[in-house]
Amino acid sequence: MEEIKKEIARDRRAFIKKVLGGTIAGSLLLVIPMPASSFRHIAEQIPGMRDETDVFTTRQFAFVVDITACIGCGSCCVADKAEYNVPDGNYRTWVERYIIDDHDGVYVDSPNGGLDGYTKAREGLPHPTRDTFFVPKLCNMCEKPSCTQVCPVGATYKTDDGFILVDGTRCVGCSYCIQACPYSVRFINPETRTAEKCTWCYHRVRKGLLPACVTVCPTHARKFGDLSDKNSEVWKILHEPHVVSVLKPDMGNQPALHYVGLRREVV
Amino acid sequence: MSAGMHHADGVVALSNYVFPNDLHVHWSLMIVLYPYITGIVAGAFIVSSLYHVFGVKELKPISRYSLIFALAFLCCATWPLLLHLGHPERAFNMFLTPNPTSAMAGFGYIYTAYLILLVHEILFIYRPTMVGLWQQSRGIMRGLYAFLSFYNDNLSRESLALDHKIINFLAGIGIPMACVLHGYVGFIFGGIKANPLWATPLMPVIFLLSACVSGIAGIVLTYILIKKVTGSTIDVTCIRTSLKFLWGFFILDFVFEMLEVFTHFYMSTHHWHVLENLLWGPLYTTYWTLQVKIFSVIPFILLGILCLFKFKDRIILFFAPIVSLMILMQVLLMRWNVVIGGQLMSNSTRGQVFFHPEWGGREGIIAALIVMSAPFVILFILSRIFPLWISEETPQET
Repeated sequence: MEEIKKEIARDRRAFIKKVLGGTIAGSLLLVIPMPASSFRHIAEQIPGMRDETDVFTTRQFAFVVDITACIGCGSCCVADKAEYNVPDGNYRTWVERYIIDDHDGVYVDSPNGGLDGYTKAREGLPHPTRDTFFVPKLCNMCEKPSCTQVCPVGATYKTDDGFILVDGTRCVGCSYCIQACPYSVRFINPETRTAEKCTWCYHRVRKGLLPACVTVCPTHARKFGDLSDKNSEVWKILHEPHVVSVLKPDMGNQPALHYVGLRREVV
Repeated sequence: MSAGMHHADGVVALSNYVFPNDLHVHWSLMIVLYPYITGIVAGAFIVSSLYHVFGVKELKPISRYSLIFALAFLCCATWPLLLHLGHPERAFNMFLTPNPTSAMAGFGYIYTAYLILLVHEILFIYRPTMVGLWQQSRGIMRGLYAFLSFYNDNLSRESLALDHKIINFLAGIGIPMACVLHGYVGFIFGGIKANPLWATPLMPVIFLLSACVSGIAGIVLTYILIKKVTGSTIDVTCIRTSLKFLWGFFILDFVFEMLEVFTHFYMSTHHWHVLENLLWGPLYTTYWTLQVKIFSVIPFILLGILCLFKFKDRIILFFAPIVSLMILMQVLLMRWNVVIGGQLMSNSTRGQVFFHPEWGGREGIIAALIVMSAPFVILFILSRIFPLWISEETPQET
């Protein structure tokens, strides 16, 4: 009996030692700064991006949204809000719910930009539903952007690799870009009083990572990739037989955001 | 019946969809005032040019006043813009690092060029008067008048002839510049393809014509008011001629405004569906009831009658300010309906929002009232320096 008690005491001592050691080691990890190269331990999600050394890459990026795959869970919106600390009531990305009834009536809604997910069916519609689907919206990264055309100080600009970005330190907050954008993806951040919009997570892409919303999408409805890479999924979607279109093509903005299975009802 | 209507309203509410970022109206009262003020400036300058360039002699009594009036408003033209900007401290970047493809980036240059031109036009026209006042006054005012007459008291025939040439030249280039100033403001809206209410090549034309109308109306109204308050005589011939020009410009303005809507209606593209929901939705009261029915049709008829029939001076002096005030309201409503109206329909093409201005804040009603009364304070100060009326001037004036 005594021996057993001794054994337990020794085990307890060993256990406490290990806990203490673990705590100290863990605390040291918090104190010692993370080396800059440590993100390399995260697998590269865009092949070859980390070898790019120039300011702008030679790549041509595209974003593809598969409407037939989106389930309206709102994860992308949550990830986006968390990534950028987007103020309430403004949206870098949002998800719309389309309902088409058997009288060809089209009913669209996007309560809170779809941030809470679509957990309840829409009520009060006059006729039986014929079809329903979700459409995620984000910056179209136009080849011919209206926003950069109208910005009086060049605070919003197009990078050589096709991203439309906003320089918050130059923006005067005139809202002209907001009026000019046919897709209403821009807003004035009430805290910074400058224009903001989706950037396709440029800061992540430059580090070889996919945009936050693409990463979290559970159904792979959001796809991002490099069109100069013929092995990329987006290249295959855009160059193989698929029903693919862009929003408001007659605006002439030539978006780099494409939709698989886009329906004529979608604006 | 009511149940049916209720049902229809319910369906409208269900099908009304506005993009989440379109719920906020970004261009509010201040951007309504901006084209309103620049329009008054351009219009007032044109009144002056009618005398100085086109030789409409009847407008001589208000030819100088209209320039000072234009300057008073031009001084405040940038105020609403600065109040609107999220970062007004960076406004000067539009000069330093302008984006050449931006319509808005041109404003600083056009505004500055026009201000320089207007000030020089005024100084050359006033030079003989300034010289007279320079010689009569004492102290600071003497220095000011000397400065304003370019420290040159030469009033010889040759010198005045040269002044006259310069005035004609400035007024000559001033007309296209006034047109550019305001046609350009129309282009700021007309060049936005995303907005079916704004995106029409007619927009600069309508803005320009309504600018002429508001300028003339502003001059007529304030001329009569100032003369009544100061108890001096009003040149009724001048008023009659002004009313004729007002009517002429208003015919063009109103007809173009209606033609624009009618053309959209006649073509009935998918844009019309959006515009129809706007004009008969959130904009019905301010557009159809106020702008068109009350403040366009009534002054249109009144002006026609005043111009076509011979009335006693008393009648003219009674109706001229009323008609002018109504026209000024019409133009303000037009600015409201274009600027605010254009933002009340979402890019979703499926819904509209309503807008109610706030009282307080940088872009509220009180700030708007202050901005709109500032030109009159400036006009009062300027009138202490520049005699507004020729009859008040020194005998040196020719």
